[in-house]
Amino acid sequence: MTPFRFARAADTADALRLAAGPASAYLGGGTNLVDLMRETVATPGSLVDVTGLSNTVSPTESGGLLIGAALRNTALAEHPAVRARYPVLSRAILAGASAQIRNMATVGGNLLQRTRCAYFYDAEGARCNKRAPGSGCDALEGFSRYHAILGASPACVATQPSDMCVALAALGAIVHVQGAGGARTLPFTELHRLPGDTPEIDTVLAPGDLITAIELPPLPFATNSAYRKVRDRASYAFALVSVAAALEVEDGRVRDVRIAFGGVAHKPWRALTAEAALRGGPADGPAFHAAAAAELADAQPLRDNGFKIELVKRTLVAVLGDLGGAVA
Amino acid sequence: MEITINGSTTALPQDPRVSLLDFLREGLHLFGTKKGCDQGACGACTVLVDGERILSCLALAVQFEGRDVVTIEGLSAAGTAGGEGLHPLQQAFIGCDGFQCGYCTPGQICSAVGMVAEAKRGSPSHVTADLAAAVTLTRNEIQERMSGNLCRCGAHNGIIDAIQQVLSAEVLS
Repeated sequence: MTPFRFARAADTADALRLAAGPASAYLGGGTNLVDLMRETVATPGSLVDVTGLSNTVSPTESGGLLIGAALRNTALAEHPAVRARYPVLSRAILAGASAQIRNMATVGGNLLQRTRCAYFYDAEGARCNKRAPGSGCDALEGFSRYHAILGASPACVATQPSDMCVALAALGAIVHVQGAGGARTLPFTELHRLPGDTPEIDTVLAPGDLITAIELPPLPFATNSAYRKVRDRASYAFALVSVAAALEVEDGRVRDVRIAFGGVAHKPWRALTAEAALRGGPADGPAFHAAAAAELADAQPLRDNGFKIELVKRTLVAVLGDLGGAVA
Repeated sequence: MEITINGSTTALPQDPRVSLLDFLREGLHLFGTKKGCDQGACGACTVLVDGERILSCLALAVQFEGRDVVTIEGLSAAGTAGGEGLHPLQQAFIGCDGFQCGYCTPGQICSAVGMVAEAKRGSPSHVTADLAAAVTLTRNEIQERMSGNLCRCGAHNGIIDAIQQVLSAEVLS
């Protein structure tokens, strides 16, 4: 591991000041960053520990919840208000990692974890445009079972690995950021970016920007929400595909719906095409199948992951069925 | 810059690169905590920090200033009046054939202690059917909650038996 300076931030202003120099990184639970540093994929010159910052869950004026970014994943998953009002978020967190890792990992760190593409991790043996821009991508012609089918580029086919983020995308969360220019917010779905020609850049955050909180908007029908993760073993594995969804059905028709996919793209994939196809229409199997097909119309399989196209369609249909649609 | 390990306060390492795992083993010669994968995949390095189970291989020791760490050595000492015997879970692992080579065992036992505490406060798991209901540690629940601890000897059935044995004894006592 490359040597680095270590400092513990007392508050948000302190964190920004400590991270003002070049090659600084914020450290949460360390479950991804420490591993990346050991593999020399990440070589920060300075770490600023932000685990002492806000970890509270508080109601917002609009009726949502504001979640401090230093809250541990376990604490968010078991929070009574999250379990009751946003079960998809509890379910997504509980489907990810192991209990030990969820006890360590922070909410902010979960958002900023990096891809688990094996070629990205292989600093000595593989080409990777995300790790070494311009070096090439060994995943394109390589082992691509876990790689993207939507929104990828010739430069990068990596997937964003978070389960929690898929639920946050479906719920329309808002990210609170503190940066050199002050505080700002942005829609969660705009935080992560597609790879394009610059896959080394995962998010729209500027150097030194600190995620301070995640805001869940009020979404009453999210009480009827679910997360389904399909993986190679029953527990403690990254998703092949996953679906987060909330559904409101009235008189057999879809009054409102929120859908996001995991394991299919460089970012949590909010399925706006499927949502638009479903809204106002019948809440039944043919409509669910049609919406799934519309969302996956532009999917591009690689050598090993063509199965994901059908798998994510079927998973979406099954989840919507579980949430009260009549699947014929 | 101090940390408490098994009830004793000690100075943290100067080098921030030292993981909590390496500090325990190389710095304090507490070899009970094992280094398996050193990348958060196997659970062999599981210890308890302020009662919560974590992976010491992914933890930088300097992050744990002022915290209270318990390793398998501490569990053993705390498990009996004289501080010399075995923790009830250690005894149950022996009785139920909860190991063969024993390499994963300290992590399994620390993890199980943390798991029981999580269940007692009502923390749900991936297999909990009702997020609002009280948690019952069925075999299925224990399997899911212990999935972060691998056993390459395949002693998982004995491990779950041992945990269930201790849980049922707690209920009876």
